[in-house]
Amino acid sequence: MVPPSFLKESIVKMISAAAIYLADDVKDALKKAYENEDKPVAKSIFKSILDNIRVAEEENRPICQDTGTVMFYVKAGEKFPLLGKLPNILKESTIEATAVTPLRPNAVDVIVGKNSGDNTGEKIPWIQWEILPESDEAEITVLLKGGGSEKPSLAKTIPPGLGVQGALKLVIDDIFEVGPEPCPPVVMGVGLGPAGDIAMALAKKALLHPLGKKHPRADVAELEDKLLNAINALEWGPNGVGGKTTALDAHIEIAHRHPASMAVGVIVNCWAKRTSTLKVTKDSVEFITHKFLNSEVK
Amino acid sequence: MVEYHFSTPISKEEVKKLRIGDTLFLSGVVISARDAAHKRALEHLRNGKPLPVNFSGMALYHLGPVVKKEGDKWSIISAGPTTSTRLEMYEAEFIERTGVRVIIGKGGMGLKTAEACKKFAAVYTMFTGGCGALAAKSVKEVEKVEWLDLGVPEALWVMHVSNFGPLAVAIDSNGKNFYDDLKKQVECNLKKAYTIIGLKV
Repeated sequence: MVPPSFLKESIVKMISAAAIYLADDVKDALKKAYENEDKPVAKSIFKSILDNIRVAEEENRPICQDTGTVMFYVKAGEKFPLLGKLPNILKESTIEATAVTPLRPNAVDVIVGKNSGDNTGEKIPWIQWEILPESDEAEITVLLKGGGSEKPSLAKTIPPGLGVQGALKLVIDDIFEVGPEPCPPVVMGVGLGPAGDIAMALAKKALLHPLGKKHPRADVAELEDKLLNAINALEWGPNGVGGKTTALDAHIEIAHRHPASMAVGVIVNCWAKRTSTLKVTKDSVEFITHKFLNSEVK
Repeated sequence: MVEYHFSTPISKEEVKKLRIGDTLFLSGVVISARDAAHKRALEHLRNGKPLPVNFSGMALYHLGPVVKKEGDKWSIISAGPTTSTRLEMYEAEFIERTGVRVIIGKGGMGLKTAEACKKFAAVYTMFTGGCGALAAKSVKEVEKVEWLDLGVPEALWVMHVSNFGPLAVAIDSNGKNFYDDLKKQVECNLKKAYTIIGLKV
């Protein structure tokens, strides 16, 4: 069995890495966007972004000062031996990663407004569980979710008569309204289903897909393409200064809806989509997105 | 599009040279303030209470940094801009009461701020959102921090910067706002976006 202290150490490394090193899919998408841009102002924004990514890596600094709310997405086997200990391990890892990276303390009491100072608090770090039957392994993803890009988050139920187009219009209007605020080029997660909470859960699931991944259903994948093209047609551009790339990708997840309702969930990420994933088997930890950590933690 | 390099304190004459679309690199004193600091600063100034730092001729940065303390010395680890629109409710009065000359943020600001920029000779500039590592690299020293009781992100961080930029001038001292034209253009593009998803317009 992986000792709890070893798992904790690995998760601390994973959180720090998420804050400092963008995963390759995001970096590649930003490089492509830079090459594709020909407006000087927009191009200079992309240059700043690429310079920033390099400086962060070279000097071990968080990419962005808003190191986000710490959110974990856990797929845990029902027989995973550390299942019961995991919530505490995740909390302690968050506190330690906040101190060593360092991360900005971003957990504020909703009622009295006091910052806890260590990125933990009431239900924070957030942990979303998915239980895998039979398995004794776990896959843990951390998302450091910036605050600015939460502004366009929405859940809204529309009459099904408006159709899928009505749902996508809602998403386009949302990005049109917020413009530069969520730090474009953004990544879009959209959920369609029977109720607001389901649509939001699906939107987050969609957001966590690697960039470039398409929905397995051809008709949904086609909608993803259309949504991405439509958002980019707005030409808000990087940082909202006008330009070709307003979104790096758009993912859609679906659930069968109720006959009377089409719920639409939208979750937006800034260009600095900071996630990292590791896999825990019975006797090892493997870093999936930030593979260089595999040689650091033994 | 002209590139300028200014050092604080910045005079009214200097700031009046800047036009929207110009690029600015800044050296000297930059002071961070977000929502809570703006609110407290205005409460103090309305009651005739002086602020612990002097903003006159200096640069105000919409920023909540990542910081590190070693011994009694602070360093800035990551320092990109926060969204400026939240500060729109305070900024015109803040400009009037403090004499701040350059505001740095992201995402643009509104009509009231633009009018104050015109009336009191100030500019609003933007640094690229999310570029916290790049910004921190140009911070040479933390002179001091005030109002730390508001929390690290909300405190007033007084920093010495060298060639901080590129900052894009988005509101100039004529009150011209870069976003006025862009928003009109994006509004026209909205129809194109609807057509792509198959909506009749």
